[in-house]
Amino acid sequence: MIKTGIVREPRRVKALLLFTAGVFLSVFIILPMVTIFREALKAGVAGYLKSFVDPGVAFSIRLSLLTVLICVPVNTFFGVVLAWLVTKYEFPGKKLLITVVEVPFSVSPVIAGLLFIFLFGSFGWFGTWLTDHNIKIVFAVPGIVLATLFVSFPFVARELTPLMRELGKDDEEAALTLGASGLQIFWKVTLPNIKWGLLYGIILTNARAMGEFGAVSVVSGLVRGVTTTMPLYIDILYGEYMFKSAFAVASLLTFLAVVTIIVKAVLEYAIAVQRKSGEVQI
Amino acid sequence: MRFPFKLRNGKGKMPGFGLSMGLSLSYLSFLILIPISSLVVYAAKMPLKDYFGIILDERVVAAFKISFFSAIAAALVNFVFGFIIAWVLARYDFVGKRIVDACVDLPFAVPTAVAGISLATVFSANGLLGKILLPFGISLGYSTAGIVLALIFIGLPFVVRTVQPIIEESDAALEEAAASLGANWFQIFVKVIFPAVLPALVTGATMAFARGLGEYGSVIFISSNMPYVSEIVPLLIIKKLMQFDYLGASAIGVTMLIIAFIMMFVTNILQKYMLKGRQS
Repeated sequence: MIKTGIVREPRRVKALLLFTAGVFLSVFIILPMVTIFREALKAGVAGYLKSFVDPGVAFSIRLSLLTVLICVPVNTFFGVVLAWLVTKYEFPGKKLLITVVEVPFSVSPVIAGLLFIFLFGSFGWFGTWLTDHNIKIVFAVPGIVLATLFVSFPFVARELTPLMRELGKDDEEAALTLGASGLQIFWKVTLPNIKWGLLYGIILTNARAMGEFGAVSVVSGLVRGVTTTMPLYIDILYGEYMFKSAFAVASLLTFLAVVTIIVKAVLEYAIAVQRKSGEVQI
Repeated sequence: MRFPFKLRNGKGKMPGFGLSMGLSLSYLSFLILIPISSLVVYAAKMPLKDYFGIILDERVVAAFKISFFSAIAAALVNFVFGFIIAWVLARYDFVGKRIVDACVDLPFAVPTAVAGISLATVFSANGLLGKILLPFGISLGYSTAGIVLALIFIGLPFVVRTVQPIIEESDAALEEAAASLGANWFQIFVKVIFPAVLPALVTGATMAFARGLGEYGSVIFISSNMPYVSEIVPLLIIKKLMQFDYLGASAIGVTMLIIAFIMMFVTNILQKYMLKGRQS
């Protein structure tokens, strides 16, 4: 942290800035978060717990977990491969490749869902073939998984690329001259170096995969008990004025979000320490 | 693990180039490139006249205007308050600072649907804030203003997280030099600090704006979603889909895609400019 020079803003200005920041954060961040738990617990703890008896809630939790269980490992694997590719080798078109990875963050989630409708929907590219073979992708679980894969893909690659670039290739090249194989180099040299960044990327992927709404709602068709993930079920409950249940499900996702930012803060600290020491061991 | 000497033959080829290239290209094609082409090809089948007929339809133009102006308004609010929050976090010490700092990331971590229902409730007539504002004749829930509120929430971390490191790194020596030349705090702020932070501030606000254009989940719960008044573009696309108007959906979808690519290009340039300023 930088301690500034001799001349600083007067105390009154400082107090005003602190006050403004406090009010703004309270209105836009703290109050909404408090509201979620306040609404969920309106009927007391017993009423809160009763919200989860609804089989629709149980189903939505299972479906969201299934989606995450598929998307997080797949996107972690390809994220690592991609980060490895763009940091270990020089090749033409590398910048373009990095730009393509950023696309899911730049397009609207609704467009993300729309893409898969046009690819796999009944009138899409593979529509007739899929209908002939009786395979359902859109308005079914595979569509949910695909849309979630799309929106949560960039996190791991995006966290790892700058980290691996900074760490350089020296360690890996040393291992190479000592006769290590590619896989050995990755497991024994690269992975220990990037583990915090990787974990960070995985946590963010997980949060996004659990919480994605726009993209998933386009491909889901809201078939109750088939394609209703937790965020989609919140939408249904809220639309049916079952606010207590909607906020009860929302409270689970909020809890996950809070855990995510805590882990994020801890990992950022760990990565900063690693950067400072310039060394591997933590 | 680190060797004290530089390896001469370290330039040997790292294995796995073909494998990682093959896997990456296949996955990116499967997940991103082919789906995008499917939408673009579908839309490209329609004559240009039809495309413009859809895009220049009154309701579509109104939706684009609403999306655009709400995103601009939210970005401007975040430009000001995001800067103040970044400043407070970078320069002041106070109890619970770590927690406040982490809270700024909540909009990144909280699912948009959750943000949507909670903001709608906070600002509704009997919500925590709506109740206070109602006697003043201000009602923000289920209105056009609601869209801006949701986009402020969504965009805030973009500005704070872009600007905060720049303020933290800002050159204390430069400020001291200005002070020794007799500048007061306000002059230092306007002539030394603000110009250094401005590129980051613009970059962050642009990112918030781009995100706001495409935002869906948080907006639809707090907006009244009325055509011509508070119907955003992503919602209009979904409505077209539900009416099986695939041509309409694809035309608006492709337009949004083009806008997204332009915004990507602009933020990329801004980021480069920002980094250049940081190094010099």
